Amino acid sequence: MSTTATTTSLSAGASRQDGLFRRFIRRDGAGYLFLLPWFIGFFGLTAGPALVSLYLSFTSFDLLTDPRWVGAANYVRIATADPKFAASMRVTFFFVLFSVPLKLAFALLVAVALNRGIRGLPWYRAVFYLPSLLGTSVAIAVLWRQLFAGDGLVNTLLANFGIQGPSWISNPSTSLYTLVILSVWQFGSPMIIFLAGLRQIPQDMYEAASLDGASKWRQFRKITLPLLTPVIFFNVVVQTIEAFKAFTPAFIISGGSGGPINSTLFYTLYLYQEAFGFFRMGYASALAWILLVIIALFTAFSFLSARYWVHYDD
Amino acid sequence: MTDAATAVMDDKRGTDIVGLDDKRKPWVSVLLHVLLIGASIVMLYPLLWMLSASFRPSQEIFNSTSLIPSEISLEAYPRGWFGLRVDFGTFFWNSLVISVLSVIGNVMACSLAAFAFARLQFRGRNFWFAIMLGTLMLPYHVTLIPQYVLFLNLGWVNTILPLVVPKFLAADAFFIFLMVQFFRGIPKELDEAAMMDGCSPWRIYWKIMLPLSMPVLATAAIFTFLWTWDDFFGPLIYLNDMRTYTVQLGLRSFIDSQGGQSDWAGLFAMSILSLVPVFFFFLFFQRLLIEGIATTGMKR
Repeated sequence: MSTTATTTSLSAGASRQDGLFRRFIRRDGAGYLFLLPWFIGFFGLTAGPALVSLYLSFTSFDLLTDPRWVGAANYVRIATADPKFAASMRVTFFFVLFSVPLKLAFALLVAVALNRGIRGLPWYRAVFYLPSLLGTSVAIAVLWRQLFAGDGLVNTLLANFGIQGPSWISNPSTSLYTLVILSVWQFGSPMIIFLAGLRQIPQDMYEAASLDGASKWRQFRKITLPLLTPVIFFNVVVQTIEAFKAFTPAFIISGGSGGPINSTLFYTLYLYQEAFGFFRMGYASALAWILLVIIALFTAFSFLSARYWVHYDD
Repeated sequence: MTDAATAVMDDKRGTDIVGLDDKRKPWVSVLLHVLLIGASIVMLYPLLWMLSASFRPSQEIFNSTSLIPSEISLEAYPRGWFGLRVDFGTFFWNSLVISVLSVIGNVMACSLAAFAFARLQFRGRNFWFAIMLGTLMLPYHVTLIPQYVLFLNLGWVNTILPLVVPKFLAADAFFIFLMVQFFRGIPKELDEAAMMDGCSPWRIYWKIMLPLSMPVLATAAIFTFLWTWDDFFGPLIYLNDMRTYTVQLGLRSFIDSQGGQSDWAGLFAMSILSLVPVFFFFLFFQRLLIEGIATTGMKR
């Protein structure tokens, strides 16, 4: 802690007598000076606000009057008497459990197909990557809103086959699936990571397996999958955390409401509504800390489970 | 995973080793191409359809699934551009200013911190490095509300400052990590020799590290630009006055202003325009984007 104090007084000119202090500046001063912007950001925008948010989560706070300490009341209400919280948890977990495995399955499938020494690889890779890059922009959510509207493109296409499709977005039993499809459509960046991982697998392993008469499927199961587990692990962790934090598509497609009937009420959308719709800042802070705990638990669980299924070569 | 980066860009590599397309049973290869082309069409169809819809007369959009408009009409573009009480030129300008300043801030602040972590000797370095990595795991929701209160009290709401100033304070720790990885790969002899010659750390950073780090700085700059350009949540919270809106907020207001009876063609026209910068980077910097993802596992 004293280190930051010394860095700030650095320019003020250090006292000549203080040998220890001068030694500190000579040895450590440059490092702390280079870190100065990050330190300001870390204390002012990350660590400080995180602590304040923890405090606020135990208060009732509407921005206008001072926060009022309410103890664990926010958490108690979340756990026992908040149907919207329960709905948002269901929606979010459903989204995570469907979109992440599907997205990664597509990413892996296409990566394996592209890794067979296929012609036109750069072209295919670019095409599959593009949706992932356009990703979370509002334009794509706007497009999705039209595609799955009652008179949207999907239903026009279905009508060609004589199928009368529902309004996918305004139907609570299908609206969330449109968001899952949007997420799966963006499988490009995990695909690129898989492709990079596949390239790392030594080819002589496949050659040896071929000589021993192992089928392609067997090679995939016994060589590709085990050697790819570190990359699979990485993709699962990153994509799951991202899925927990998804916001924009649900906001645009539901017009900010999370509807119909809370069917697209992503957790972050609920948090946003509480904080910036109803100005229940204390309650929203409690929601944020619950999100942190969920993500931390998931990450810890992943790393613990990794011991049993992730294969580290060396 | 640095090798992975070179491997993933080395497009011939797979061909050399796995056995050429034509050496295998030809029908397998044909089938694979048919499947991949089919998948490509499914992937691109919605995007191309949106592009073509933006050139159609409004009433034609819904009945047509084809990608070629019966007549090309540009009228949706000016209609969309002036569809709100503030025109889209303002939104594009705001987005551009925020994105460019964010790029400058991120590249400067993150490279300074990364240089300290990668190259300078000081007590507490490993500790702070671990803390920095820890902040990567922190969902921004946890700091969101106190930050909002802070910026509100500073009078920064409805200005670009809450969106830009954090970038100058290296709040995107991810890019520090990215740069540390790269800096560590630059031979240490270079700065040791410079140090012997009496070069100050600043000169080593400015004259040696930065010029040698152009690839990683470019990667950080491009991703910062794209993420800032696409950002919806930050502007949604901090910008309430329509004159300060970014393109993404403009699009959202466009939907709301139509009250369900959307002028889809106008909305699509503006959506297409909002994607132009992203598409530009996709066309001209694809290599950097793909290498960036392959080496660091970026999420998008």
